[in-house]
Amino acid sequence: MRSAPPGSAESAADLTPEVVIHTEGLTKLFAGGVRAVDGIDLEVQRGDVYGFLGANGSGKTTTVRCLLGLVLATSGRIEVLGEAMPRRGASVLPRVGALVEGPAAYGHLSGHRNLVLQDASGRRPQGQLGGGRKDRGDRATEALAQVGLGAVGSRPVRGYSLGMRQRLGLAAALMRQPELLVLDEPTNGLDPQGIREIRELLSALNRTGTTIFLSSHLLAEVEQLCTRIGLLDRGQLVLQEPLARLRAPTGRVVVVSPDAARAAALLGGCVEHRDGERLLVKGAEPAVLNARLVSNGIRVSELGPERRRLEDIVEERTRRRSGEVPR
Amino acid sequence: MIGSSDRGAEGVELVKLFSRRRTWVAILLLNLLPTTVAVLLAWTGIAPRPGSGPAFLAAVLANGSLFSIAALAIVLPLFLPIAVAVVAGESVAGEAEAGTLRYLLVRPVGRTRLLVRKFGAITTFVLVCVVSVVAVGYVVGRLLLGNAPLSTAMISLSGSALSPAQVAWRSVAAIGFITVSMLGVAAMALFLSTLTDSPQAASLGALAFLIGSSLLLTVDAARPLQPYLPTRYWLSFIDLYRDPILWSNLERGLALQGVYVVVLLAAAWANFATRDITS
Repeated sequence: MRSAPPGSAESAADLTPEVVIHTEGLTKLFAGGVRAVDGIDLEVQRGDVYGFLGANGSGKTTTVRCLLGLVLATSGRIEVLGEAMPRRGASVLPRVGALVEGPAAYGHLSGHRNLVLQDASGRRPQGQLGGGRKDRGDRATEALAQVGLGAVGSRPVRGYSLGMRQRLGLAAALMRQPELLVLDEPTNGLDPQGIREIRELLSALNRTGTTIFLSSHLLAEVEQLCTRIGLLDRGQLVLQEPLARLRAPTGRVVVVSPDAARAAALLGGCVEHRDGERLLVKGAEPAVLNARLVSNGIRVSELGPERRRLEDIVEERTRRRSGEVPR
Repeated sequence: MIGSSDRGAEGVELVKLFSRRRTWVAILLLNLLPTTVAVLLAWTGIAPRPGSGPAFLAAVLANGSLFSIAALAIVLPLFLPIAVAVVAGESVAGEAEAGTLRYLLVRPVGRTRLLVRKFGAITTFVLVCVVSVVAVGYVVGRLLLGNAPLSTAMISLSGSALSPAQVAWRSVAAIGFITVSMLGVAAMALFLSTLTDSPQAASLGALAFLIGSSLLLTVDAARPLQPYLPTRYWLSFIDLYRDPILWSNLERGLALQGVYVVVLLAAAWANFATRDITS
């Protein structure tokens, strides 16, 4: 967990944080009346690592596709980097790097060639982003090195493993040094080592000012990386808050002690819940509580303020019937 | 409009198309059929009687250079349109199937621009196919068949003599006419390619359109329809070798292909520009 959002220094400077992604009542009805996304109001600020959570089929990918102009919303407004999407896609999208529902590349071409071709297929970004034809090859080499594919960039993608393809997809998203990264399940298919590398890479990019919109169903990944959480349940945004606030101490203290019975007797009514050696104590200050227990000869193996796990929060907010894929 | 900052981007589709081995295999196979015919002719020395068989095949034993035109007539009814339908059907649906379509569109490449580029690449492919058939036909004809001196006049379909220079420019015109003749099929396959995420379905759909058209041309009851069928004027390219050139069917052929291309590309655009990309 992070103590302060990495963008806080920047946003403190101009006080009003710049909104990078903003939607109002975003709704998408697919043919047959399936309401994939149902009136969601997203707000992602510059410098955020925004964790977009939701079960399979909750509408994450459709939302991402709407943001990028691939799927046209039925109703609602979308603004990305301050401009309306999909109308202003030509000026917005060159500043966005995206990984949508898995990577894709031309199998018969090398990783490097794929990056160069993808870059060449679009308009050259304006202004300082630069990146014209001349240094295209260098930028591709650099992006490959960034994601750890430097050694295999010249091999045909056909022979890449799933993890390598995922890295190549990331390299393509990074190649034009975008202000905003929209990543849909970026660590899919990666081994634990790869997941850590990608996490470190994303943290480093975020520290240098890149806003990251990360859609995922892996709570652990989101918990370690994100500063804000949006939770989607059956097409509706049921939660959107800074992770630090969600995980703020609840005011209760967790005590684990081999002498739990004695501790419970000593603390009396303050014990809210007892589960074997684990006690949940309300209305106590941890340091004071610890001193009191120890001075009474009660051994304490663990003591600390209770923090809610993301998993509990998600479970509480989603009304999902277990074992059923919603719609 | 294509801005100056976009230079180079237009060639990406060509690079993608011609970096595929399957594109070159298609061109190779396309040339295999006329080459086989030339080998058989050289071996047996039996040419079709004048007026029967593919155009010009009767004359090639005497003048091998004419085999370049005969080769065109051999591949035109079936092989060439199949190659075009396969390549054009693959164009958008193939990207969708591979998942690269979404990355192209968020790069971003405008949807209209993508269609235009795809159609441009297909047109180039058709031109490369036709030119390769003419070139290979010429070389094969000179090597295997009648080795008449290059200065020999060709006897036109009307019976008069055409000088080598006249034959040369008429052949260039034939290449152009046949290329344009393929664009109707290409536009059909491109349109279907925007409807489905399966390249095979798009190609087969375009072939069905083609076979249907060829079939209706043989049915007397379909006579009122025949002037509007896409394959109706394909073989009219031989009118370029009459003296004087018989323009009427050539003009109709070009106009008809133009209408098909405009209507089908408009349909492709109308569908693709507002379509949800869920591939």
